[in-house]
Amino acid sequence: MTLRLPTGGLIDRSKPLRFTFDGKPHTGFEGDTIASALLASGTRILGRSFKYHRPRGLWGAWVDEPNAIMSVTLNGQTFPNCLATTTYLQDGMQARAVNAWPSARFDVKAGLDLFHRWFAAGFYYKTFMWPDWHLFEPMIRRMAGLGAVSPDHLDTYSSDQSHDRCDTIVIGGGPAGLAAAEAAAQAGQDVLLVEDHADLGGTAHQLADIEGIPTSDWITARHSAIQSAGGRILTHTTAFGIYDHGLVGLAQNGPFGTAPRLIRLRANRIILATGAIDRPLTFANNDRPGIMAVAAAAEYLARYATLPGRQIALLATTPQADTLAAQLTQAGANVTRVDPAQSPLSARGGKRLTALQAGDRTHPADTILASGGLTPLVHLWRHAGGKLDWCEHRNAFLPGTPPANMTATGAANGTFETDEALEHARATGAGTPTKRPDPKHHLTPHWPTPGSPGRQWIDFQHDVTLKDVELAARENYTSVEHLKRYTTLGMASDQGKTSNMPGLAAMAAIQGRPIPEIGTTTFRPPFVPVPIEMYRGAHSKQLWTPLKRLPLEPQHRASGAALGDYGGWLRPGWCGKGDPAEEAQSEALMARQTAAIFDASPLGKIEVIGPDAGAFVNFVYYNTIATLKPGRIRYGFMLTEGGAVFDDGVIARLDTNRFVISCSSSHVDAVRTHLEAWRQDGNDPDRIFIHDTTQHWATLTVTGPRARALLDTLDLDTDDMPHMSLRETAWNGTPLRLARVSFTGDTSFELSIRASHAPALWDALLTAAKPLDAGPIGIEALSILRAEKGFLMIGKDTDGETMPHDLGFTAPRLKKSTPFVGDRSLHTDKANAPDRKQLVGLTVPSGTPPLPTGAHLITDDTTPRSLGYVTSSYQSPTLGRPIALALLENGTDRMGDTITAWHLGKTRQATVSPPCALDPEGDRLDA
Amino acid sequence: MQIFTCPFCGPRDEREFHFAAEAGKTRPDTTGEVSAETWAAYLHAQRNDKGRTREVWMHLPCAELFLMERDSVTMEVYATHPLRKAPQ
Repeated sequence: MTLRLPTGGLIDRSKPLRFTFDGKPHTGFEGDTIASALLASGTRILGRSFKYHRPRGLWGAWVDEPNAIMSVTLNGQTFPNCLATTTYLQDGMQARAVNAWPSARFDVKAGLDLFHRWFAAGFYYKTFMWPDWHLFEPMIRRMAGLGAVSPDHLDTYSSDQSHDRCDTIVIGGGPAGLAAAEAAAQAGQDVLLVEDHADLGGTAHQLADIEGIPTSDWITARHSAIQSAGGRILTHTTAFGIYDHGLVGLAQNGPFGTAPRLIRLRANRIILATGAIDRPLTFANNDRPGIMAVAAAAEYLARYATLPGRQIALLATTPQADTLAAQLTQAGANVTRVDPAQSPLSARGGKRLTALQAGDRTHPADTILASGGLTPLVHLWRHAGGKLDWCEHRNAFLPGTPPANMTATGAANGTFETDEALEHARATGAGTPTKRPDPKHHLTPHWPTPGSPGRQWIDFQHDVTLKDVELAARENYTSVEHLKRYTTLGMASDQGKTSNMPGLAAMAAIQGRPIPEIGTTTFRPPFVPVPIEMYRGAHSKQLWTPLKRLPLEPQHRASGAALGDYGGWLRPGWCGKGDPAEEAQSEALMARQTAAIFDASPLGKIEVIGPDAGAFVNFVYYNTIATLKPGRIRYGFMLTEGGAVFDDGVIARLDTNRFVISCSSSHVDAVRTHLEAWRQDGNDPDRIFIHDTTQHWATLTVTGPRARALLDTLDLDTDDMPHMSLRETAWNGTPLRLARVSFTGDTSFELSIRASHAPALWDALLTAAKPLDAGPIGIEALSILRAEKGFLMIGKDTDGETMPHDLGFTAPRLKKSTPFVGDRSLHTDKANAPDRKQLVGLTVPSGTPPLPTGAHLITDDTTPRSLGYVTSSYQSPTLGRPIALALLENGTDRMGDTITAWHLGKTRQATVSPPCALDPEGDRLDA
Repeated sequence: MQIFTCPFCGPRDEREFHFAAEAGKTRPDTTGEVSAETWAAYLHAQRNDKGRTREVWMHLPCAELFLMERDSVTMEVYATHPLRKAPQ
């Protein structure tokens, strides 16, 4: 039975579109939504309710629809949670009702409704407590939820983001919005008008004419006037939220299946013309399919030339209902007017309505159109911090004290009469302060009646009934915020657009308090669901955290090194092409036997310069730096003010007033910010200069017993260079900083050179290495070499509580006489506690595999407790056995003890040993 | 999204800024005795003023600390001031 009228509406009858709903073929027209096409076809059941699986039809015609949620497949891609009322129909769509199987009409879980008495608010909290909620959770989770997300990631589903600004944004392209935008544009303002429908006009289409002009001509006239005055118009664009400092979030929708574009808009002035929605009446079985909002029926008739039904009971006394009754009658429907003041009211019939029972009268009906009055859409007003005033005449919350630079007009401002709304909107647009017009119609309220019989729905989408609200009140969840969370009223994807007002009115009636005293819950963005991809935009992978690149990347690529992300740098993990673990082993062995060349360019090179530089670094370092002589290097820690180790590395003194800090590769930006903060706080920033030169200098490390021999061939003089010293020299006519420091325990030199000269130096080193059976190594091998020596990596072998004395560096804590960052924190009860986790080594028998990194070290009690964990673990090719570092509670007192390591249910034994497993005497350093 | 005005770079998006500290906190002089209570208050006690606040923020791109007076409820920014001394 088609409900489509032969003429009228905004649909294009020359363009039929085929689609299916729950597998059944249907036809609609260009301009239809899925909802309007199904309504026109006579389809009544478009979904099932969340909890009771009750059959549900259409209540609304746009964003306020709570029931018709569908999974829609187009071109092989399925998108869940599409609102049928806002999804424009496209040819070939396959729509399926969510929360229903096999179809919305025959749902196997419909029987759940028979048990509704047990499913009242708080049912889950009260029922599934014993023995453990987690026992029931998987089953309940399977039964709950709306729609299923496809596990396949759609690479094509990505959003653009843009920034925009204007003098005045008008939100809402209905009569008031059009009039306001026109007036603002003609007053010389840069205007942006946004409308969430694909076309302009809003509720104007329900009227035959406006200001004596046929409606479509009137809309066209406004449209041209706005554009010729320089205004811009965005349709199919939703203002979904207003954020701090007046940022307006706009979601610009494209064709179905594409992610909306996010526009972050700043406007000097925001005019809200978002209109109003109908609120439901609360009566027995008011959720039956075929019970629709008066405003929705008016939209279906005007936009889609579709009747809501043939035999209509019109349950409303508003002026909008009067207009609609005449239009429906003229269109051939049989309309009976029923006063909602009669009681009791109840809907008769199951999947198909048969009658409206009002008092002792039965009105046969296949459709009930209901309205409890109009609720202005004040969501954005509240996002921006505007206040609401209760209006007794309109029985609604209206915009009150405004947020900065915002005005509401039209139905959003409580003006439901077109002419008055247009006058107010024009004055608002022109910037003339105008009083809100007095209402012509005083609404007779029809709020929920506590204690009245039957199941009466408050929240359709989350299946909250009047009885649930009464139960919540009895159990003392009387504040609206508690009521919301206890019953989940207003927490569905429609965010209570239809349910919040009846819900708080019910609570007011139960408590005998006025509605404004009960108040509303918090309005939060987004106004409609928006995809999370929209917030992400292009910010993923390399565009979210761009990798830092080495000057020698072309050389590494050419040689076939395995480049990977290490601490934000793209750098060689290993250099050979074989099995990664074997390559790392053989590279580490080569470094111990001959020499190795390592690209250490990511090492931080932050210069601290100036007359106060010496005192400054002495203050930011745990170690005493003041006594460091020019040309010498010292290893040390920077701490947080809380005493935790923040970074480690060497600091070189180039000159009395010039230092270079070699901080951790992955930590350069953080260290620079840390230094800047202290430089400017408590110091004279004009006497200290901090310059991050990390990217300007490449650093190549040469390490191993043949390191000196290798450098000799480059004519780099290393004579009289003791360990921890630095020399500023030159190579190939270019300044070169030669530092003798070691992260491997062998004789090592760091050669720092201007980045542009790095390829030449790299090639020269490789050429010189060949005859020595030396060569390049990656960071995987270096990690083994340093772990053999017990040298730590910050953040890997330390955590947020590690203090320097936990790592064996105790002297400055006890002896340093000048203040330093974190000093006092090293003497708290916590810092002195006997159970601190300390860095230790772990030894397992040779021939066994290395301990798993992250394995917990546990007590041997019947209920074991974690004493710490393995932080680094490798096979040592030089020692021929596994080595490991760990943070262990009271570790230094456990040397030689056997301890149990637990990992994924398996345990192993290890012996606690000093962190340094290789050459503890340090003989190799000067070999 | 808020807009803060760096005294050196002008109005910028809030994502470019880091909160540093509440204004007016002084580091206890650790050359002398500092009680655990004094140190804990310095490290952890925040006034968290509701309403008008004075805070030190850093504008990350230029790395300058500055003083910002703002309202922690309405998010209104009243003023920002450089912390460094005026050029001689």
